[in-house]
Amino acid sequence: MTQPILQVKNLEKHFQLDRNKVLKAVDGISFEVMPGETFGLVGESGCGKSTTGRTIINLYDTTGGEVLFEGKNVHQLKGKNQKKFRRDMQMIFQDPYASLNPRKSVMDIIAEGLDIHEIASGKSREEVVYELLETVGLNKSHAARYPHEFSGGQRQRIGIARALAMEPKFIIADEPISALDVSVQAQVVNLMRKLQKEKGLTYLFIAHDLSMVKYISDRVGVMYLGRMAELADSDELYKEPLHPYTQGLLSTAPIPDPIQAKEREKIRIKGEIPSPLNPPSGCRFRTRCPYAMEVCAKVDPIWQEAKPNHWVACHLYQDSNPQ
Amino acid sequence: MNTTKKFDKSLFEPLAASEKNSEVLAPQAGYWKDAWRRFKANKGALIGLILITLLLLIAFIGPYFNDHNYWSQNPSMSNQEHFGDHFFGTDDKGRDLWQRVWYGAKVSLLIAFIAAFLDVVIGVVFGGISGYFGGRVDAVMQRILEIIYSIPNIVVIILLMMYLEPGILPIAVALSFTGWVPMARVVRAQILKLKTQEYVLAARTMGASHFRILFKHLIPNVMGPIIIAVTFSIPSAIFFEAFLSFIGLGLRPPSASLGILVNDGYRVLQLFPFELFWPALVLSIIMLSFNLIGDGLRDALDPKMKK
Repeated sequence: MTQPILQVKNLEKHFQLDRNKVLKAVDGISFEVMPGETFGLVGESGCGKSTTGRTIINLYDTTGGEVLFEGKNVHQLKGKNQKKFRRDMQMIFQDPYASLNPRKSVMDIIAEGLDIHEIASGKSREEVVYELLETVGLNKSHAARYPHEFSGGQRQRIGIARALAMEPKFIIADEPISALDVSVQAQVVNLMRKLQKEKGLTYLFIAHDLSMVKYISDRVGVMYLGRMAELADSDELYKEPLHPYTQGLLSTAPIPDPIQAKEREKIRIKGEIPSPLNPPSGCRFRTRCPYAMEVCAKVDPIWQEAKPNHWVACHLYQDSNPQ
Repeated sequence: MNTTKKFDKSLFEPLAASEKNSEVLAPQAGYWKDAWRRFKANKGALIGLILITLLLLIAFIGPYFNDHNYWSQNPSMSNQEHFGDHFFGTDDKGRDLWQRVWYGAKVSLLIAFIAAFLDVVIGVVFGGISGYFGGRVDAVMQRILEIIYSIPNIVVIILLMMYLEPGILPIAVALSFTGWVPMARVVRAQILKLKTQEYVLAARTMGASHFRILFKHLIPNVMGPIIIAVTFSIPSAIFFEAFLSFIGLGLRPPSASLGILVNDGYRVLQLFPFELFWPALVLSIIMLSFNLIGDGLRDALDPKMKK
């Protein structure tokens, strides 16, 4: 059996807002990502999925748990290993208008990593950038231009080229398409899939758009208020969601076929997402759950494998409820 | 009833990627080119720029228009209004005012530029570090800054001037002793705003050092506000220099600055008003032009700041 490339174990990221206010953005989540696969991470805004991504790539320190990349703890890397990690894992950002420095030419933006790690300079640096531009579907003449001259989709391609310049093994895509037009979303996602095939990349794909996640991901994790609610193969998850939250999310995702759409059962999720500053006791979803029971308010559901390779944290599927 | 229409797949073949098929880009216009276009549209700023250019030109070639110099005294010709090649007349010691005004203008501008340069260096580094690292570093640095700023700067400058030898560099140093504070504030505020931008995160994920992020990513993006702050700090430095000279803490004779000339002229104002008029006019033009240029640059470089 192959070793997972990334292991997230009980990851916690709490932000101390002031003396007695703690924002538990990520509160104990675990998952593994296999080499070459695409792992989708979905959830509402504010559920901690971006924080998870940023903690994995060591933009934030953890407040608990650990992240292992190729068996090594990401947050304790030093010197050479740290440098290697900074090359091996890259990130694609959400806002293509904020993720490129407006004062730098496309050439300098893409070559940033090459400069930092002193991989290439002069002519070879230019060559690498030209090649990357072609790879992402832009052309040489764009290298001398500045970000504000490009459209959103083109900028996102530049962001992808910048990540690819480091020849990474693992890319975290933090809502890479949510700021783009629908027509351009497909282009970018297809580009990402093509690159994955050609270069054997592994993706952690963070999004809130379920249909896109289904399209690109092999496995999907659903997050709710800093916790993982459900994790399964993407087909399995869409066919047979176990957690009421996943069921709710799926029933709000539009289906292209109107006949199917009419027939399907709709589960409404009531109300707003509670504040992560003061999450509900027990199961965090219980305030909005149509099946909430007494036990839900008292006991945290256990993260367990309800079916083979299908994990869920819900009292409905708990074999033995610890009373 | 199933009304799904079958489309011919060949209609959806992607075009080959080529220069011709790529999206049309906006005409290439750099940040500075854009700024220049906006600057030109501002009449006042343009007048300021023209005035200051003319003034600098005269300050440098003007002294060659007559055969006098700024230090030679000629008691028999004192306090003469315009005659012969004494275009602005002479002062109480018979020194040629035309020479002295332009020499003084050069000295005043030199002091102002040195002071502005020191402001930028200290202000950008201090404000940049304070804003970028934030947290405790920021808190301590801001308190230091507040302490410096809470002492009235005239007091600080006068004390420094009594301690330092009067000269161009000491005056500039004394002026920037407190002059860098507004610059540091501007830079810190901008850095605070910019440091959470995703391009900074991107640089961090690639392993960029703090130094690189601060000086290659953040400071270039604060260039606009820095330039604006400079154009406002130049007239204020000229003004403070004039003030120091006026109360007798400036340069020593026979050296001249606009402040000294105004002071000399002021003493004989009721008898020979022209001796105050010429240096005061040049001083006013310099101050006015820099303020006009500063206003224009603010609108040109930072369009969002405009009301």
